[in-house]
Amino acid sequence: MTASTLATSSAAPPTRSAGPRSGRIRATLTRARTALGPSGIVAALFLLAVVVFALIAPLVAPADPNAQSLLDAYAGPSPEHLLGADGIGRDILSRLIYGSRTSLLGPALVVLVALAVGIPLALAGAWYGGAVDAVVARVFDLVYALPGLLLAVLAVALFGPGLTPAVVALSIAYVPFLARVVRAAARQQRVSPYVDALAVQGFGAARINVRHILRNITPVVLGQAAIAFGYALLDLASLSYLGLAVQAPTADWGVMVSDTDALMKGYWLPVVLPGLLIVACVLSLTVLGSRISGERPQPYLRRRRPRPAQDQRRRADRTSRSGDQP
Amino acid sequence: MTDATPLLELRGLGVQLPGDGGPRAVLHGIDLTLGAGEALGLVGESGSGKSMTMRAITGLLPPGAQLDGTVRFEGEDIAAMAPSTLRRYRDRGVGMVFQDPRAHINPTRRIGSFLTEALTLNRGLGRRAAQARAIATLSEVGIDEPERRLRQYPHELSGGMLQRVMIASVLLAEPRLLLADEPTTALDVTIQAEVVGILDQLRRDRGLGMVFVTHDLDLALAVCHRVAVMYAGRIVEVRSAERMHEENAHPYTRGLLGSRPAIDHRAERLTAIPGRPVSAFEAGPGCAFATRCAHVQPLCRERPPELAPFRGGLVRCHRVAEIHQETSDGTSSQEATA
Repeated sequence: MTASTLATSSAAPPTRSAGPRSGRIRATLTRARTALGPSGIVAALFLLAVVVFALIAPLVAPADPNAQSLLDAYAGPSPEHLLGADGIGRDILSRLIYGSRTSLLGPALVVLVALAVGIPLALAGAWYGGAVDAVVARVFDLVYALPGLLLAVLAVALFGPGLTPAVVALSIAYVPFLARVVRAAARQQRVSPYVDALAVQGFGAARINVRHILRNITPVVLGQAAIAFGYALLDLASLSYLGLAVQAPTADWGVMVSDTDALMKGYWLPVVLPGLLIVACVLSLTVLGSRISGERPQPYLRRRRPRPAQDQRRRADRTSRSGDQP
Repeated sequence: MTDATPLLELRGLGVQLPGDGGPRAVLHGIDLTLGAGEALGLVGESGSGKSMTMRAITGLLPPGAQLDGTVRFEGEDIAAMAPSTLRRYRDRGVGMVFQDPRAHINPTRRIGSFLTEALTLNRGLGRRAAQARAIATLSEVGIDEPERRLRQYPHELSGGMLQRVMIASVLLAEPRLLLADEPTTALDVTIQAEVVGILDQLRRDRGLGMVFVTHDLDLALAVCHRVAVMYAGRIVEVRSAERMHEENAHPYTRGLLGSRPAIDHRAERLTAIPGRPVSAFEAGPGCAFATRCAHVQPLCRERPPELAPFRGGLVRCHRVAEIHQETSDGTSSQEATA
């Protein structure tokens, strides 16, 4: 899943589609813009930039992320090292750019595996209901109760540190996070009239689920997947920070944050920059996720102070009501 | 098809739904037959079991529902069908036009894929061939610019157009039985007439059997050969459409006919049926209509009446003969004084 696919598959239903290709593309962009809103567009563009940089890292990184030059240790920003260098003189900008690869690959795998496991289970539960649904739902609840990080720590304890055990463990932990939403949305679709109409047309369960129900709940699934991606990124960064996932020499944001040595010596740049990137990515994914799944900013939350008269009346209401009670 | 096996045959059809205190019956002993090319009207108030009958015919009952009696399509019991046979029956045997096309068409897919999906999947037609047939059928139901419609989404079409699309989708499947569940209720009156006209024309042209469900008795009388009036999950009267106005015998049918304004004479007041419609499971041991009937007698509350022949139709009423006597006397004396 990349930022670009997220940006184009908006929650709004497509409008008039007749016309030349360029017109259609422009219409799609307009739709994406209205669906995402200003904050969503900023988030999408930021993520798009991160993904592009990750893909073309060798072209844009000014230096080898692992090349050391001890003379440049803790160098400040300069034309040679735009964002300075770390304790053994590695270029921070290059490490950030290359670090985005491992930092994004891990959560992407987690989300994909969790979706691949969770969607069929959730759809089956929603479709068949009864005992099947009860079992599926309880299994989700059970797994949901396991903290993902602890599961990952357990996996690392069993199989040794590395990205693979951490990703596998987190994938399992993230199944309910995604599948519960899919199940709820699919249950809603299950009882909608068009599903009955399809059954009367002689379509089978698999066809109706995959081609119709799943398609109708795609915004919800994508939105939740984006949010899960953010959490997984944070979790994997935490694990890498603890030295349990991505291992030290590899450039990774989580690994970079764990450079306490630099912090102790008062050099904050090598630590704070990857931290900021993690925060920005998670924030963007969360914003984008909620925009895709159809949440709109709620104007009443923006109005800080309710009109005083109304406020007083409401308060008076509340006191009189509580006063009535014996 | 021979006369011996009708297109559709319901025998003692009953449906029980799970309720708060055990199963609740929503349909009771429905007996109906329908031949090819015949149109049967199913008329009743909300909750009288019209739609549930349709669902039973398609084998599409809500979860936990219990089916009694049999539904036979061309002599075959649909409850005993294997899943593949049932799918085949739904695909080619029966087509259903729903009340609210907007709710019954997947909103996220184009009209084109809605119309061609069944053809390419169940009939093995190629994409182009399926599209050509969809275009031809769309023009058949009176939709202009059919090529453009295929690329549009359901929300871009009006309710009337969408209902035609739904009818087109049923026609593309070439069923032998057409079920129309209040197909015109969600449409405005001018469109209603057109849609009913299309359905009627198609039934004639293709010799389909049609079950037409509506709460509009006059509409059913205009479209159908025979009309069955339902009340509280039971059929209370079956009669040919031409004879319904003269020979209607059940007090409920009379109430329905008396409660709407007539175009050919002026009425000071329309008669209303007192009370509210009861659900099938609320009905007592006797006649379900007893609580609202003007002619009720102790017998009516004790024993359920049977659907019995009366003056060319079938009527479910203990006192139908007496009531007929009384009212025909009454009308003749009124006419005498007038």
